[in-house]
Amino acid sequence: MELALSPEDAAFRDEVRAFIAENYPREMRVPNPETDLTKEQMLLWHRILHQKGWIAPLWPREYGGPGWSISRRFIFEQETSRAGTLPPLAFSVTMVGPVIYTFGNEAQKQKFLPRILSGEDWWCQGYSEPGSGSDLASVRTKAVRGGDHYIVNGHKTWTTLAQHADWIFCLVRTDVSTKPQSGISFLLIDMKSPGVTVRPIITIDGSHEVNDVFLEDVRVPVANLIGEENKGWTYAKFLLGNERTSMAGIGRSTRYLDRLKQIVNAEIPNGDPARLEFIRDIARIELDVLALEATELRVVAQMARGIEPGPAASLFKIRGTEIFQNITELTHRAIGNYGLAIREHPVSANHFMPGPDYGHTASEKYLNSRKLSIYGGSNEIQRNIIAKAVLGL
Amino acid sequence: MDIQFTEEQELLRSSVQRLLRDQYGFDARRKIVATEEGFSRKHWTSFAELGLLAAPFSEDVGGLGGGPLSTMIVMHECGRHLVVEPFIETVVIAGSLIESEGSTAQKGAFIPDIVSGKSIWALAWAEKGSRYDVANVMTTARREGGEYVLNGEKAAVVGAPWADFLIVSARTSGNRNDRNGVSLFVVDRHAANQHLQSYKTLDGRRAAEISLRDVRVGADRLLGAEGEGAAVLEACRDRAIAALCAEAVGAIGELNAATLEYSKTRKQFGTTLGTFQVLQHRMVDMFIAHQEAISLMQHLNLSLAANTPGGSRLASGAKSKIGYAAKFVADQAVQLHGGMGMSDELNIGHYFKRISAINIQFGDPAYHVLRYAQVDAAA
Repeated sequence: MELALSPEDAAFRDEVRAFIAENYPREMRVPNPETDLTKEQMLLWHRILHQKGWIAPLWPREYGGPGWSISRRFIFEQETSRAGTLPPLAFSVTMVGPVIYTFGNEAQKQKFLPRILSGEDWWCQGYSEPGSGSDLASVRTKAVRGGDHYIVNGHKTWTTLAQHADWIFCLVRTDVSTKPQSGISFLLIDMKSPGVTVRPIITIDGSHEVNDVFLEDVRVPVANLIGEENKGWTYAKFLLGNERTSMAGIGRSTRYLDRLKQIVNAEIPNGDPARLEFIRDIARIELDVLALEATELRVVAQMARGIEPGPAASLFKIRGTEIFQNITELTHRAIGNYGLAIREHPVSANHFMPGPDYGHTASEKYLNSRKLSIYGGSNEIQRNIIAKAVLGL
Repeated sequence: MDIQFTEEQELLRSSVQRLLRDQYGFDARRKIVATEEGFSRKHWTSFAELGLLAAPFSEDVGGLGGGPLSTMIVMHECGRHLVVEPFIETVVIAGSLIESEGSTAQKGAFIPDIVSGKSIWALAWAEKGSRYDVANVMTTARREGGEYVLNGEKAAVVGAPWADFLIVSARTSGNRNDRNGVSLFVVDRHAANQHLQSYKTLDGRRAAEISLRDVRVGADRLLGAEGEGAAVLEACRDRAIAALCAEAVGAIGELNAATLEYSKTRKQFGTTLGTFQVLQHRMVDMFIAHQEAISLMQHLNLSLAANTPGGSRLASGAKSKIGYAAKFVADQAVQLHGGMGMSDELNIGHYFKRISAINIQFGDPAYHVLRYAQVDAAA
């Protein structure tokens, strides 16, 4: 489905398409870019986009954004995801960057924003804790102020790609006396600080994406506090809003559906009754994608007229993740007996994988995508948000 | 209908329970899976010593005469503990094939070593592109004098890297999908001209792709009548399905218990998870799925034990219904455990993975619901 584009926007779309075709690094085209690339490889495309001035579509021009209209931002998002490019690190560009230019002071903007754009600093997100998953306001990591430093103690978990990170943005409790939401601050912590320890968490697909981050008597300059003390909850919510709208994942789902069709064509002969069932299941998912994409386009059109989707954006997270889970499940089912095999991590050519290449990541993708309905606010929480904030229940 | 276990069956159940509780905790299992070989010969010997490997065989061949119900009891406990050792492959599949199809000489040659834990077996039935049809066989067996010569590629042979013997399906006549012309052969896993490529499975086991290049076996290694292997394999699959269903039910029970416990202790938004109605209803559905799965598991195993007509159709029905139930429970157990459900450190994800594998082995739930709809009610 396409937006009705003006001739200028159509030319822009062609430009983006051509740029990707000419510049996307070949060595980033690996079976599973999310797990198979080194940090340096992940940053290749980031640096190319930075040079081009396209690294931060959301950002205002004064901070280094390209100054695109809403529809251009959408076109860019659509083209890059349809082409299967690895998106620049969201924690840096989509999350902490906008918090810093919206709520940070001048010194913080000058210090951090250019390094986010260039890819020099890799950020991770210190939100979840062992005791607080979807209930973020219950953070227990404590920051106690003494002079011009905070002393931070706590344990963050499920921290994505913390093993590569230079900085972590953290929700910390600075006031224990008030109600949970009012005593939280938003703190930027240098991962090289003494007292920061990263411990890998291996997930059920065998990969190392997430980590525990332990903070023991970590000294953090007060200069690294974003905005006002105890106002961190406001900034955190602002950031989560950015996270949810990007979760529809239409481009990714469309690509995986195309691949699923190829697999079904190759694996299941005409005349096998299973084929009809796959065709029907795939068509149903295609319609799910079509409906979500149409909704996304409708919201984009509304945003272009200045109407914000607000909490209804949770529907993109719910449906986008459910759709992708269904696709990975069906793909895993389509490869039949070879669904029993799984690649070993870290990935190496020395490990034999049976069956056709197109099935080699089916098991790990199927397992890994179980996280989608859990992270970023579980889908149960997203439904609560719509029930409360949209339906008024 | 609810199975009242006999004293002997109770004894079997409590002894398996004790053995696995003492020796097969989650950490012990993790260590076993991480070894070079990927399973434990020591535990296999314990299974033999306890009589588990003899349980389903008839007394005529040196077994304990427990039949499908003893398999159900053992596999239910194996499901609870995520046992990786090849009980289904060796005892339920190979053992029953030899018992039902083997000559007196073959039974005498092979069953004692299975019962004593000395030999491990695997069944090589699948091929690239065969999906779940046991008659879809391209591997050939050509008769040459007193021998058969086997050529072809077998796929996704679970347990093959551990096995001393393989039972291989190969075509002695007919074309790829013909029901007639499939024959079964006992092949020494270490005999010449086999090439094994081993790999890990998502549920922590080992499997292999096997290519056979002029593998020669004596005519005395033909198992059952020449050309009639497809029907034999289907009957064998029914027994394997009954065992897998029991294993799935064991896993469902553990997932439900763990999820319920977690929901009573885990606090979010100032209250335990279990107080949220949406999660209560989810867990009620998990409970119902478990109850229905138990019932179908019993129904199928009783039917196989009594050899009543319709057993094969029922096997497909149970494989489908219990498969979907197990998938639902596994999905929800991971979801309700949140991030912890995704972690390799917790057992929840490992049950999820075993259930995912069960739902592939011998046909996925979608395949079997169609077979249930299509096969003769008397089958």
